[in-house]
Amino acid sequence: MKIIILGAGQVGSSVAANLVSEANDITVIDTNPDCLQYLSERHDLRTIVGVASHPSVLANAGAKDADMIIAVTNSDETNMIACQVAYTLFHTPTKIARVRNNEYLKHPALFAQEALPIDVLISPEQVVTEYIERLISFPGALQVLDFANDMAQMVAVSAHYYGPLAGKLVCDICSKLPEIEIRIVAIFRAGRSIIPDGNTEIEPNDEVFFIGAPKHIRTLLKTIRSTEKAAKRIIIAGGGNIGMRLAQLLEDRYQVKLIELNSHRAQEVSELLKKTIVIQGDVADEELLLEENIENTDVFCALTNADVANIISSMLAKRLGARKVMALINRAAFVDLVQSNVIDIAISPQQATIGSLLAHIRKGDVVVVHSLRRGAAEAIEAIAHGDSTSSKVVGRKIDEIKLPPDTSIGAIVRGEEVIIAHHDTVIEADDHVILLVADKKQVHEVEKLFQVGITFL
Amino acid sequence: MQFTVIQRILGILLSLFSLTQLPPLLIALWLNETSLHAFLISFCIILITGLLLWLPVRNIRTDLRLRDGFFIVVLFWAGLGVTGAIPLILSEQPHLSIADAVFESMSGLTTTGATVITGIDYLPKSILFYRHELQWLGGMGIIVLAVAILPLLGIGGMQLYKAETPGPLKDAKMTPRITETAKALWYIYLSMTVACALLYWLAGMSLFDAITHSFSTIAIGGFSTHDQSIGFFDNRAIEAIAVIFMVLSGINFTLHFLAWQNTSLKPYTNDSEFKAYLTFLFAVSIVCCVYLIIKGNYPGVTPAISEGIFQAVSIATTTGFTTARYQVWPDFLPVLLLFSSFVGACAVSTGGGIKVVRVLLLFRQGLREIRRLIHPNAIFTIKINNRPVPERVINAVWGFFAAYISVFALLMLLLMVTGLDQVTAFSAMAACMNNLGPGLGAVSDHYGEINNAAKWLLCFAMLLGRLEIFTLLVLFTPAFWRK
Repeated sequence: MKIIILGAGQVGSSVAANLVSEANDITVIDTNPDCLQYLSERHDLRTIVGVASHPSVLANAGAKDADMIIAVTNSDETNMIACQVAYTLFHTPTKIARVRNNEYLKHPALFAQEALPIDVLISPEQVVTEYIERLISFPGALQVLDFANDMAQMVAVSAHYYGPLAGKLVCDICSKLPEIEIRIVAIFRAGRSIIPDGNTEIEPNDEVFFIGAPKHIRTLLKTIRSTEKAAKRIIIAGGGNIGMRLAQLLEDRYQVKLIELNSHRAQEVSELLKKTIVIQGDVADEELLLEENIENTDVFCALTNADVANIISSMLAKRLGARKVMALINRAAFVDLVQSNVIDIAISPQQATIGSLLAHIRKGDVVVVHSLRRGAAEAIEAIAHGDSTSSKVVGRKIDEIKLPPDTSIGAIVRGEEVIIAHHDTVIEADDHVILLVADKKQVHEVEKLFQVGITFL
Repeated sequence: MQFTVIQRILGILLSLFSLTQLPPLLIALWLNETSLHAFLISFCIILITGLLLWLPVRNIRTDLRLRDGFFIVVLFWAGLGVTGAIPLILSEQPHLSIADAVFESMSGLTTTGATVITGIDYLPKSILFYRHELQWLGGMGIIVLAVAILPLLGIGGMQLYKAETPGPLKDAKMTPRITETAKALWYIYLSMTVACALLYWLAGMSLFDAITHSFSTIAIGGFSTHDQSIGFFDNRAIEAIAVIFMVLSGINFTLHFLAWQNTSLKPYTNDSEFKAYLTFLFAVSIVCCVYLIIKGNYPGVTPAISEGIFQAVSIATTTGFTTARYQVWPDFLPVLLLFSSFVGACAVSTGGGIKVVRVLLLFRQGLREIRRLIHPNAIFTIKINNRPVPERVINAVWGFFAAYISVFALLMLLLMVTGLDQVTAFSAMAACMNNLGPGLGAVSDHYGEINNAAKWLLCFAMLLGRLEIFTLLVLFTPAFWRK
């Protein structure tokens, strides 16, 4: 696929790095040659210096036969104009743009096809904020992924040494909880992934992925995390875009404090928030944290722009007695370094956002993609089309489907109903099938599986 | 330095290179020539060496670092120069010493076109074909070819590509993927070769001559299957075709690609380097023609013009074909032509020399200094194609120029130490470093007469010129080897 990425900032670069490994032809445009040089030295892609919305620059980047443009420059205006230019002059089929300012987002009519021709609006900050919000409302989960308009959820739970999961067989866990319908789709153990069957034993420190309807997931988490209370007091470190949005989202339900170093920004944030207590100070200041009752805090979220500050302040908060600490970490290498070791949950913003883009890049009718384990694995929701003659999945029992290795079907959403996949479940047309692909190399096989044969046409 | 990765890639590349022994081998088989066993043995030696390097480390999958790229490229080119000489050593005709054979193969691969052989016309066809094949592979760059057909090089391919392609602005990729860029370059290269061969054939060359000469024309090499070079054919049409294709091959291949992709000539007309290149070729040709007419070296105006243009284009693009003995042209002309080879062809072409775009930048930089004297407070930006050139690139060009001239002076002095006279040393060094070919004085016809030490020095100079100095020089800095 030929993709043009506008903007080589954090989102642009990580998207480029992610997509280039999948045999896509990537061209990145930015006004800053230094950012571009960094990218072109590390990845096999083309870079062009210029203003991303200028037709001549886009033409240079090969917009004429591009399949997709992803506009993620810092400026909403540039992103919107670039999509307009790509649509009018180059007829680019898919146009994805990041628009952050609520002034624009408030008016959906702006983004209708006859107005601003943007096919998909993404807002990475919002995605990350919602991601963190879910983590807070599901205590005990390492990751919460939504499928089929929130009708099904996948959660990752780590198996603690003396916890209820470690040392059990997969079939025992399911039979111990007969009233809820859930399934274990994958286990990640020491960097490797395992597609479990009934006789797989869960070991301590495994990351276990469950799938099910949200109410069942909630019960499940309550059972296996009976000791963990729901969060009440939350401290957010860093009043940037994500920190402030998160505070807005949480302040009605929780007691939220927000710490911001920059006094200007702190003032601004305090004006925008209603109930949150905004504190001006250093997020890694021990005295300040103690003063704000860190030992009675349920969740400490470090969301500043600096990875190191986030890691250090969360370590400090943990040491001072915060029950659970989360840190926003951009660098993938740092995530592995601290996850479930010194920090309870390391949040990788790239991983949270890349999924929403991948869904548009995947062939076949793939509606949702969540990237897992630094992009090594993927959870995919695909719609099965056609009938038993044209489709490789419709009308077949699950154990009749030729799934590629390291892949399992977790659940099926049919209409309003979530069906946990068993070996004899038959897939019908228009089912939403939720799969876990533990090895990204198999994704193309999965795509092929859900593409409808010629006979359908 | 990750030696296992380097070893693995070198092994792959050498095994790939062993395939180049097959076409001449088939020719030898077909014509029942004595050189058959030479190609057979060298094929086995190169293939086995490659496999021996590759097999122990075939499963190592680490990405190449920047430094490894330089090292591989230099090792591979030096290795090719040596292994490419094997059939020339083994063959009964032309019975070459090791130094001569390496010189000949290096001269082929670097598209220099200097030869140590006399009596080329009587060599076996397979050996003749082999010399031209070496030039053809070296022209676009055998590593670029490897990047195009071996996807397994992955991201490392880019490091290699950068170390091999000539020109100051190496980041300008034509396509998003490096393998696609390399493929595009080779498609253009291949189609130009086919077109050139066809035209030569129609103009009256034998099929064998047409193919071999098209190889050395498009590669801007200069090897010929005849001692008298293109002059042997004594055919104005062939000379005209050669001139046209030498000019075309000296153009930046990115422009060919863009023109072909957009089916328009605009990419050419908008390019500063292209314009400077044509202007330069035109100016040198005019000077040659006018001076030859005034001096009356040739009977009549037409031969003077045709010889003047052919020689000017052949030498300024660093090809090195000859139709006349330009060495005996009057007064300053031989030296003017040698100097013009320093400018050479465009970046990302198959030609040698300093490259037109660098000279253009140096010229504009010089002009800027003069204008600064007049307007001390004015700000001047140097532009190429109406785009400002980053200060870093301009500095790099100055650095390149300084290094080129100093290395040239040093090596020329060393040549004189080995016993060459000054004209010979100067012209031989210029001809080899610029990948031109024929020189003046003792090397005006061939390089067979000079001593072995001088030949090795010239081999080194040819490699320096082909890899644009820095890729090779960087290996001689202690910092490169520090852990």
